[in-house]
Amino acid sequence: MNTGLNDSEIIGRVLQGEQQLYAELVNRYQNFVFTITLRYASHREDAEEIAQDVFVKAYRNLANFRGDSKFSTWLYTIVNTTCITFLRKRKLEIHSLDNEKVFEVADTIDSGFRANQIEQKSKFQMVNNAIQLLNTDDAKLITLFYKAEQSLDEIGKILGIEPNTVKVKLHRARAKLKEKMELHFAEEVKDMID
Amino acid sequence: MAIINYAPLADGGSFNSDMELRLWDFIDGNSSANEKSFIEQLIATNLQWKTKYEQLLEVHQLIASNLELDQPSLRFSRNVMEEIGHYQIAPAAKTYINKKIIWGITIFFFTMILGILIYGLGQLNWTATSSSGSIFPYKIPTIEWSKFFNNTYTTVFLMVNTVLGLMLLDMYLGKKKKQWQEKKS
Repeated sequence: MNTGLNDSEIIGRVLQGEQQLYAELVNRYQNFVFTITLRYASHREDAEEIAQDVFVKAYRNLANFRGDSKFSTWLYTIVNTTCITFLRKRKLEIHSLDNEKVFEVADTIDSGFRANQIEQKSKFQMVNNAIQLLNTDDAKLITLFYKAEQSLDEIGKILGIEPNTVKVKLHRARAKLKEKMELHFAEEVKDMID
Repeated sequence: MAIINYAPLADGGSFNSDMELRLWDFIDGNSSANEKSFIEQLIATNLQWKTKYEQLLEVHQLIASNLELDQPSLRFSRNVMEEIGHYQIAPAAKTYINKKIIWGITIFFFTMILGILIYGLGQLNWTATSSSGSIFPYKIPTIEWSKFFNNTYTTVFLMVNTVLGLMLLDMYLGKKKKQWQEKKS
C-alpha cells in the first residue's frame, strides 16, 4: 500500500480516525525499527516482539507527536527506550565485545564462510557480518547514521546525548568496524581498503 | 583557518585521531566551508592525509552501499495492525496536564519549605552565642528540638503524611493485585 502521503499527513489522518493508514507508517519503518531491535536482541522472535511493541507505543502516543522533529527521529527514540526497558525486564543476551559469545559468533561466521567457500564472500556479507561483531551501541549508531537517515543532531536526540559525542562515538564505531573487517575478513579487506 | 602540524606529533595516536575525526567530518559533509577547503588542500598536498582519506572513504562507501536492513516476518505489519485494534490513541499530554495545577503544586511545596524554614529559624536562640570558638556562631545544643516534634502542628503534619503514605501503598498494592489477577486469568 503506497498512499503517496508524507508522514505528517498520514499522522494527521490517523489522528482523525483513519486507523488503517497507520499500516503505511508501519510498512515504511518496519525494517529500520526491526534492524535496530535486532541489534539488541539475539533472537529474531524477541526483536520482532520489541519492534511490535514500539509500533503499538508509537500509535498510542501519536497525539503526543508534535512534529518538532521527523517522525522517524521520534520513532527511534521510542525504539531506544523500549529496547532498554525490554532488556531490563527480560535480561536478554546482549551482544557485547566483552562477551565471550561474540567470539563464538565470530568463529561461527568465519567457519561458516570457510564452509561456504571463500570465494562466496562478498562485500555485502562482510559488512553485515562485521556489524554483528560490534557491540550494540556501535552497531546501532552505524545503522542510525547510514540506514535510518538520521543526522548527528537527530541521533543525539534519539540517544539523549550531545551531537559532538555522537560524532566521536560514530568515529570510534567506524574504526572498530574497520578493525573487525580487517581481523575477521582480512583477505577481502586487503583488496578493498589498503 | 586552523593550523595543522604536518609532521606526525610525538603523540602519534592523538594526531591520527584528530586527523581521522576531521576527515570523517569532511567525508560526512559536516565540515565548515573553511575547513572543507583546508582539508581538500591537505589531501592534495600531503601523502599521509591523502592515504588516510582514501582508506576512510573506502570504509564509508563500503558501509553506505553494503549495510543491509533486516526484514521482520511477512505477518509483522498485520500483527501490529491487529494489536493496535485493541487500543485507542491516548489524548495528548498537553490536553490533560493543567499547567495551573503544576504551578499550584510548586507554589504549595515552596511555601511549605519556606514556612518550615522561617519557623525553624524563629525557634533559634539568637542571643546564645557560642563560647567554644566554633565557626558556627550559635550553640547548636540550644536549639530545642522538642519544640519541633512535640507541638500540635508537627503531629498533625506527620499524621496527614502517614495517612497519605498508607493510601498510596494501598493504591499500589491494589494495582499490583489487579495485574496479577489479569495475568493469572
